Amino acid sequence: MKKTLFDKVWDTHVVDSIPDGPQILYIDKHLIHEVTSPQAFNELKKRNIPVFRPQQIVATADHNTPTENQHLPVKDELSRNQLQQLQQNCDEHNIELYALGHQYNGIVHVMAPELGITQPGMTLVCGDSHTSTHGAFGAIAFGIGTSQVAQVFASQSLLLTKPKKMRITVNGSLQKNVLPKDVILYIISQLGTDSGTEHFIEFAGDVFENMSMEGRMTVCNMSIEMGARGGMIAPDETTFNYIKGRKFAPKGTDFDTKVAYWKTLQSDAGAEFDKEYFFDAADISPMITFGTNPGMGISLNEHIPSKNDANLEKSLQYMNFEKGASLIGQKVNYVFIGSCTNSRIEDFRVAANYVKGKQKAPNINAWLVPGSQLVVKQIEEEGLDKIFEAAGFKLRQPGCSACLAMNDDKIPDGEYCVSTSNRNFEGRQGQGSRTLLASPLVAAATAIAGKIVDVNVPILEEV
Amino acid sequence: MSTFNTFKSTAYPLPVENIDTDQIIPARFLKATNREGFGENLFRDWRFRKDGSVNSEFVLNQEKYSGSILVAGHNFGCGSSREHAAWALKDFGFNVIVSSFFADIFKGNALNNHVLPIQVSPEFLTKLLQSIQKNPNTQIEVNLEAQTIAFEDEKASFEINSYKKMCLQKGYDDIDFLVSNLSKIEAFEQQHIY
Repeated sequence: MKKTLFDKVWDTHVVDSIPDGPQILYIDKHLIHEVTSPQAFNELKKRNIPVFRPQQIVATADHNTPTENQHLPVKDELSRNQLQQLQQNCDEHNIELYALGHQYNGIVHVMAPELGITQPGMTLVCGDSHTSTHGAFGAIAFGIGTSQVAQVFASQSLLLTKPKKMRITVNGSLQKNVLPKDVILYIISQLGTDSGTEHFIEFAGDVFENMSMEGRMTVCNMSIEMGARGGMIAPDETTFNYIKGRKFAPKGTDFDTKVAYWKTLQSDAGAEFDKEYFFDAADISPMITFGTNPGMGISLNEHIPSKNDANLEKSLQYMNFEKGASLIGQKVNYVFIGSCTNSRIEDFRVAANYVKGKQKAPNINAWLVPGSQLVVKQIEEEGLDKIFEAAGFKLRQPGCSACLAMNDDKIPDGEYCVSTSNRNFEGRQGQGSRTLLASPLVAAATAIAGKIVDVNVPILEEV
Repeated sequence: MSTFNTFKSTAYPLPVENIDTDQIIPARFLKATNREGFGENLFRDWRFRKDGSVNSEFVLNQEKYSGSILVAGHNFGCGSSREHAAWALKDFGFNVIVSSFFADIFKGNALNNHVLPIQVSPEFLTKLLQSIQKNPNTQIEVNLEAQTIAFEDEKASFEINSYKKMCLQKGYDDIDFLVSNLSKIEAFEQQHIY
């Protein structure tokens, strides 16, 4: 039988199948963080069950960490307690932890790929819905709840029903200033936030084949915003070259053996998908969202839809936008460049390249939050920090930060924020905050102009 | 865990689509390290105004409504994987969520906490919401064994996989099952590539 990439990886991880029920799926890597793991450790303790395979777990602190003065004790008592519990639990169970300040600390979905933990053909889970990011490597990677975190602790396995399969093909060449973030925002705007539910997506076609690993991660990261558990891209030379030489990558002949196997991880010609969609790269422009879910996106030069729809109206009321309006010229006081979607070196290169020689608008509060300590190091090595400083920006320390605003990085009530993160839900970036999702380029341009501008139109001095 | 079979209850109507887990439980309340007490902050920013006063317009604050069933719009539970959303609903007193569509991760989290997500047709959902809004005392009967949900003269069947149904009925959970299969899992590891 002809198999899809997803079938190939899934089927090699099935331990057992329950008649008329779920399958036991083996999990290769389990990533954990401070917010969704403590209750799972407590559950094990309550039942007196050991952690089954601690060497297959890697922990980091990211969701609830400050992005300034990380060398000082964390001020918020509850946050400090979560971090302490993570430390204690990892010590007790012999789990590798990249705690605050560690050279490998960072957002879980930035840290694992850059250390070579994420590899093609693996199953990988984390108590975080954006685990879909790792599918960029041709891995089956998905977010789980805390009960499932406990299940993986106890058995390195999960009970799951095999999802359906969807393929999204985008062929052609991307236009100037169109970034991977625009590609995924465009797809979600076309298909809707529930279109991927019960499915695993394979992204295929020229656009993804020609995309860097970091771009592929941005795309797969937001599969969950279509409701899909995960997205995948078939591994290729770009993937192998990215992994080679990283800390946990296979070495020597082991690497060659793995590559030979990884090359088999492609959907067979004629393999069937439950749903298929096709898009043309030429139709994609720089995007921005106007509403309160990631599917409410338009091209920068389009207008907000005018249809009669209660959900649209509720959203626009929250955002204080009018139907049919353009967002160009909209004043914005906050810009956030960060999150597991867009906080890697390429994202900061894009932003630095745009702001070089320009000045941040006086009204703008810009939070630039690299995804990991290794990204910080790379930014410094490339001198991007100097470019940002010269343009009036200051870099913060790694963490999830204003993407979910669990720490102090909260957008104030009623303020707009052009954000490179993944969710524009009501209050997501702080109570009453209004989020507009966009690429790092659009975010950088907003920070310079102090308002939303079309990145395809050169900035003219205002008269 | 408690067992689950048939019961009757009134319900709260919440006809909003795409209710995400950030609305169900905002991130700033995820700092606890136990599972209890999240009900207090369920739908926090809809139940309370920014000044902390009660928003009497929100359905959970309207005295005419009651019960352990929440009836909500399409694509309930989308967004973050935070199980805190399921804990908050359960802690508040909901055993059943009815919608025309559920997000995957939420659905799994709900079942793992013995909160039953019942997916019905959009037509059935509309009728149910209208009945509750017209008469807040509308009794809804859920029968897990027969996999049916009924109110007034309306009745619909719903899907649930037989394993999860057994877990709900008998109070089992996946950890028990997986741990009882550790020898199979160890045998699998012997031939596995990673």
